[in-house]
Amino acid sequence: MTNVPDIISVPSSVIAQLPDPPKDRVERGDLTPGLLATGVWTDEMVTAAGIPIVDVAFVTVGGGVGSFVLANHLRIAGVSAESIKVLTNIDTPWQTYEYLTRVSQIPRQERLRSDSTGMPDCLWAWPSYALREARAEKTIAPIWNVLAEPNWLDYWTPRAGTVFDGMARESARFGWERMLAKGQVRMVRKRQGGGYFTILTPPPGAAPTKRIAYRSQFVHLAVGYPGLKFLPDLQEYRQKYGDRDRVVNAYEPHEHVYESLQRKPSIVLVRGGGIVASRVLQRLMEDRWNHGAQTQIVHLFRTYVSGKNNKYGPAQRKGGDGFAYQGFNWPKGAWGGQLRDKFDSLEGKDRADLYKALGGAHTPKRKLWQQQMGRARTEGWYQTFQGEVTEVRPSATPGKVATVIQSKSGLTSVLEADVIIDCTGLEADLRENRLLSDLLEHAGGGRNPLGRLDVERTFEVRGTRNGNARMYASGAATLGGYYAGVDSFLGLQYAAFRIADDIAETGFCPKLGTGRSLSQWWKWFRHRSI
Amino acid sequence: MTPTLFGRIQTRIFLILVIGVPWTLLVTPFLPARGNPSATDLYPVTFAALAVVLVLGVIVWEPIYHGLQQFRWERDWPTSFALLTCVNEAFVAYHILARVGPDSLVYATKATYLTHIVSTWVIMWLFVIGPIRVIFPRYRFRGGRVLGGF
Repeated sequence: MTNVPDIISVPSSVIAQLPDPPKDRVERGDLTPGLLATGVWTDEMVTAAGIPIVDVAFVTVGGGVGSFVLANHLRIAGVSAESIKVLTNIDTPWQTYEYLTRVSQIPRQERLRSDSTGMPDCLWAWPSYALREARAEKTIAPIWNVLAEPNWLDYWTPRAGTVFDGMARESARFGWERMLAKGQVRMVRKRQGGGYFTILTPPPGAAPTKRIAYRSQFVHLAVGYPGLKFLPDLQEYRQKYGDRDRVVNAYEPHEHVYESLQRKPSIVLVRGGGIVASRVLQRLMEDRWNHGAQTQIVHLFRTYVSGKNNKYGPAQRKGGDGFAYQGFNWPKGAWGGQLRDKFDSLEGKDRADLYKALGGAHTPKRKLWQQQMGRARTEGWYQTFQGEVTEVRPSATPGKVATVIQSKSGLTSVLEADVIIDCTGLEADLRENRLLSDLLEHAGGGRNPLGRLDVERTFEVRGTRNGNARMYASGAATLGGYYAGVDSFLGLQYAAFRIADDIAETGFCPKLGTGRSLSQWWKWFRHRSI
Repeated sequence: MTPTLFGRIQTRIFLILVIGVPWTLLVTPFLPARGNPSATDLYPVTFAALAVVLVLGVIVWEPIYHGLQQFRWERDWPTSFALLTCVNEAFVAYHILARVGPDSLVYATKATYLTHIVSTWVIMWLFVIGPIRVIFPRYRFRGGRVLGGF
């Protein structure tokens, strides 16, 4: 059996984790067996291990968009840059996000699936990305689009590059670089007497000790996806047959697939009915039309949607041709309207049921994609199937992979393909992330009704409070909580508000009110440093 | 926009008081009118129009919009709807005003009424689709509610 890792590597996980020290030999400045086994640490325990302690009021772990948005918010609310430390192993806050969007076929010039007002670089979201683009490109088209959407035009969404450039500009304004400390965070443990220790493993050679302990009153975890995984049947195939070329995931680099398809007529099996599948299909189709590829596309849906689907109240989600259609990853009202209030009011199974009622795979109904799919169907090289996969194995035909499926009617068939692209974006369990796993085991963290990290309405990690110290988490790891849109720019902005307001209640910083909001917006508008 | 019913009502009251009232004070002396009325003559008409939009909106229109919103999967209220509802509201308010309006209505023409209502509506709409977020930065996350917490 070939050793194939379970989890797809993304930039936030590429710095290798240092293994914990063997129990009989511990170097100075490293974790000791005593520390590893103890849930609550004293200052003396850390000092005795030779781990230097750095005091800072607020630590955010991750350094991606979630950390960026919260640090930005706190700075705007009046917290000094010296009071914030961002522990990260990525070079820019958009690095992981850009990696994931690029490999899943959204390069910088392409548009994201994000609202014009989901703005990591602007707390107020005004002027919005649409206005910004209209001004920069001297056209009223984006403004007209946001006025006419979604009834007459597709939702307007910003280009990936617009968001990254905006974040770069904003990071210089609020002193992002000054707050950074590079390395991999191994764990967060409670401190006896209040507060937390966050253990950072700096890059090799960057510090005199193997670990550094950040002692803080507040900790924020924004570590993105616990991990991305292959579908179990594909994972099994890759492990059993050691084949990483014919079975790829849309969230890992797979450019070689498109290159080889342009050289050799092939059959591609696309799995999944979400937006990543739409993106991959667009790429495959455009390569056919623009670069002479002779690709035959077989598209497998586990659930084939032929019309209106999920129902909630008197409304139903639209669908057709296999896909469920929805503008963003949740109905818009989940970010700040009736559905937000509904999620906010539900506990346990009731909340899980609402997630189910509004969830499932879906993609935006974009005119371009509709046209392309229509043309592909007419030309006869795009076929769809519905079924549950029972087995993936090498085909009797050399060089091909066979996927055995069972349809709803019980009929078994075999789909042969040269390449399988997994577009399902299956997320790994919390335990796959070492930091989150440690949190569950030693710091009091628990799981929500969907099995992710359980947070309060304020995004405080339930069960981790320590005296007047608080630990928060935002982003994908908290899906299943009182707010559905956590894995989005707008959701991260919402989480930042809730966290900052909660921190303000402890007296650490002022709550952002109208006066300061106005003066800070004016500063932002003129691009003046905070 | 993703308003809740309570958010809709709060937003309407806020917009009319904070944008509608000052704008009406400002614009009334310059409105086209019959004869040569002074601003004092026209204020009762324009403020009556504003009051009708406010009261009718809170009691009738917002609950209707809220009901219609339930048929939208996204539970949203597109920006265009917020602008175009000026048409039905202005039409109904005009007819109500014609029946119960103040005596100084004799100075008002359709142009008086339309210039006032449409300009007020557009300014309120421009304010609510952007700048309101600077004054109430949590506004967009709480369904249009101006007061209270999350």
